[in-house]
Amino acid sequence: MQFLPELTLLGAGLIIFMVSLGKTNTELTRNIAIGLGAAIFGATLLSYSAEGRLFFGAYQVDLYSQVFKTLIAGAMLGVLIFGKDLKGISNKIHPEYYLFLFMSVLGLMMLVSSVELISIFVSLELSSFAVYIMVPMRDDSGKIRIQMEAGIKYLLFGVTATGFMLFGMSYMYGLTGSTDLATIITQYSTMWANPAYVISMMMVLAGFFYKLAIFPFHFWVPDVYEGASNETTAFIATVPKLAATALLIRLISQISGDGQVIINVLMFCAVASMFYGNLSALVQKDVKRMLGFSGIAHAGFVLLGILTFQITGYANAMYYIIGYVLMNLACFLVICNVSDKGENVMIDDLSGLHKRSPLMAFTLAVGLFALAGIPPFVGFMGKFMLLTGALKEGYMLVVILAAINTAIAIYYYLSVVRVTYCSDPEDRADIASPSLIVNATSVALLAAIVIMGVSPQRFVDFASTAVQTIM
Amino acid sequence: MDQLLINPEYPHILSTLIFLPLAGAVLLLFVRNESFAKYWALGITTLTAILSIPLVSAFDTTTSKFQFVEQVSWIKSLNIQYVIGIDGISILLIMLTTLIMPLCVLASWSYIKTRIQAFMVCLLIMEAAMLGVFMALDFVLFYILWEAMLIPMYMLIGIWGGPRKIYASVKFFLYTLTGSVMLLVAIIWLYINNGYSFFIPDMMWQNYSSTAQIFLFLAFFLAFAIKVPMFPFHTWLPAAHVEAPTAGSVILASVLLKMGTYGFLRFAIPITPEATMTLAPAVLWLSIAGIMYGGFTALAQQDMKKLIAYSSVGHMGFVTLGIFVLNQQGVEGAILQMLNHGITTGALFLCIGMIYERTHSRQLRDATGVGKHMPIFVTFLAFFALSSFGFPGMNGFVGEFMIIAGTFEHSMVLALACIPGAVLAAAYMLRMLQKIIWGGTDNPDQSWIKDLNVREIVTLTPFLFFVFWIGLGAQPFLDLIHISVENLLNNYHSFTAPAVAVTEFIIH
Repeated sequence: MQFLPELTLLGAGLIIFMVSLGKTNTELTRNIAIGLGAAIFGATLLSYSAEGRLFFGAYQVDLYSQVFKTLIAGAMLGVLIFGKDLKGISNKIHPEYYLFLFMSVLGLMMLVSSVELISIFVSLELSSFAVYIMVPMRDDSGKIRIQMEAGIKYLLFGVTATGFMLFGMSYMYGLTGSTDLATIITQYSTMWANPAYVISMMMVLAGFFYKLAIFPFHFWVPDVYEGASNETTAFIATVPKLAATALLIRLISQISGDGQVIINVLMFCAVASMFYGNLSALVQKDVKRMLGFSGIAHAGFVLLGILTFQITGYANAMYYIIGYVLMNLACFLVICNVSDKGENVMIDDLSGLHKRSPLMAFTLAVGLFALAGIPPFVGFMGKFMLLTGALKEGYMLVVILAAINTAIAIYYYLSVVRVTYCSDPEDRADIASPSLIVNATSVALLAAIVIMGVSPQRFVDFASTAVQTIM
Repeated sequence: MDQLLINPEYPHILSTLIFLPLAGAVLLLFVRNESFAKYWALGITTLTAILSIPLVSAFDTTTSKFQFVEQVSWIKSLNIQYVIGIDGISILLIMLTTLIMPLCVLASWSYIKTRIQAFMVCLLIMEAAMLGVFMALDFVLFYILWEAMLIPMYMLIGIWGGPRKIYASVKFFLYTLTGSVMLLVAIIWLYINNGYSFFIPDMMWQNYSSTAQIFLFLAFFLAFAIKVPMFPFHTWLPAAHVEAPTAGSVILASVLLKMGTYGFLRFAIPITPEATMTLAPAVLWLSIAGIMYGGFTALAQQDMKKLIAYSSVGHMGFVTLGIFVLNQQGVEGAILQMLNHGITTGALFLCIGMIYERTHSRQLRDATGVGKHMPIFVTFLAFFALSSFGFPGMNGFVGEFMIIAGTFEHSMVLALACIPGAVLAAAYMLRMLQKIIWGGTDNPDQSWIKDLNVREIVTLTPFLFFVFWIGLGAQPFLDLIHISVENLLNNYHSFTAPAVAVTEFIIH
């Protein structure tokens, strides 16, 4: 029971592998993949209350990890459903694509449960390598090879970040003589004055900053978002962030208040991410690129929550990242459906969307308003609670800078909404009406964005309970 | 909790007023019939207006406490409550909102031709949010409604607006939202320094340090001054007014602008009395600048909507002037003038909209000389224009008179400085009237124009009724606000007295 979701994923990978051996049937592959996705989600729900330690203590199964696994499986299912046509991927390799997708998710799920350096490393690499392959799998219909550039960039930056992380891990092991996270943390807790400890911790964090796209490990984001197919970007923009946040909370929650140096560095990273992301997003023309830059800014906000070093702060960060994933899924749902043959969607392509497809336009508007942090959506509540938490800790300057960033961000979100609602479609074709299941997903996402925004109490309480299990 | 008064006869009246339009909007989403949408929106807004009448009849004018209070815990971990109530400062604005909305629906009856249903949904959501803003006694609730309101307003301008709607709607949205970002920080600061409570009455009349008060006041000022809008933050207003559909302009002028001045009265003065005292001179002179600027610019306009928009800048300058002279007459006059401006300017925008529906032009030169063919219309227009520049016997006069009287009490120089503004108002209004009614020798051919129909007359009549009611017998309205204002000023004086004493001590 404790290992059920992972086993289901492995099984799903094997089934898809079998499918890939035969002659490719797009329809069948798609249905199998969605079915398996649902099964995996079901498995995470079944093993929801499981608890225990596996593999000689390297693998921790608790409420915290199970909550994140459920979220990861849910987000994956969402991506599978609205990206079901895989417009950007050649028909021949659909099964392989799904295979790598499942493997990546397997890595992420393992990452959430890992409490030991080697298992953290192995699962992080498993999840990354699968995505390294998914990025260049995009169909090269335009002969622009943009996906190859993206793939290489993703790989090189990823490997560099991993190198940092491994180096830091070797320090950790050298300083403490153990790879067990709990042991390491106990030893670290009294030694923050020592530069070796600080540097090793920061190097290890670099690996997660890369996944979460926090300054200065964000350089891959815009190009990969632009170069990967819409479905792949939807996946990269949502699911790995959940796992990265989960582990970031696990690690940073162990830094005590003595680690002032590291706190200052992290705070700088948070603010720099916000400014870099928001200012760069202002001038983008490609919707995916814009969302990529906005993702960097949002990662800064998540970090702001974690930096309070309070249970409520971690719970807020958790709430925020869940909200972020929902809002982003809503936006990518629209992108995947607006894109006709899997090409990238420019902001101008959305002109008059409200006449071409009212539900898609509404979904996009709600998603973007929520990302911009306008009430009554989840994005506002999340930001509000993060700012409240940070100000309680006395980070006045950071809060003001974050508030200024909210103001900057509004402009680019609004300019997309403006195009969808206030421009004429000119001679752009109508959007083929999405299938029932996609419409249902979009309504479900809208409902979740509003409900989480209007009554956040239950979700934050729940997140606090989950966070408490790892303290 | 001693500031709250629960009215047992009407336990849920305020919530009903907020949620009725909201529910109406949600239900309307599922209907695909455009003429039904119109009647439905009219029915809902009228029902809301009728339901709001008990607020006045059961309002206790002998207390400054918040009345009709409802209180439910909303987000426990942050101590955010759903708490709403009204006092003398907000009651007139709430009544104004409920009155205006059905008339806005009527005004859009034939004006809006596309996506009627979505338009009505936006109007209904607006009504719920606007009422909520004036009722909210929890700062987070206030902020949420304050911001959420921008979305339907943005849609109103952006989808149904004029040729430059995109520019106008984006400018409106960015200005207002950017202005209120620092308000959010101020709210959180207040929450932390008030025993972790967002309850607005608890934040009032506390002894925050002088520096903190200055920063809080500046945060408030930025948010509210943009909304009012005060000179030099007014540039979004003409753009938004000109491009918005008639109903949008009316809502903007009648209700949205009042939120800024309401914010000053509800938050800036009670929460930061010392800073108010320190910074009031600057605000007063900005008000004068606004009055003069609005007047001169209005004088030069060829576009009728722009003319009214700039006149709004001037009128709202009078309101902020009245608020920041901080005496009984000034503040009461300011609140009354908020109501007056809502009625008069709203009606003027409706009038302009009616011409626009006929000539499809907002230019003054295309509307010259319609008086001959539209006698009913110009009668209405003339009354509203006279009321707008404060002709005795009409509502504008009472409010403006009180404000100027209050200003004289405060400072002779200021009062003299604002008088030319009143003259300017007469100049630009009469210029517009003259052109519309008579024009000149080069009038375009207007003989094809039809006079107002019954629906339009029904839309304008309530406005005219209030123009004269307030103009001839303002006492019932002043009775409603008197105690709350008195209490506000008493508290203000007792909280600034020590500071005044210190200053005098230093000077002598």
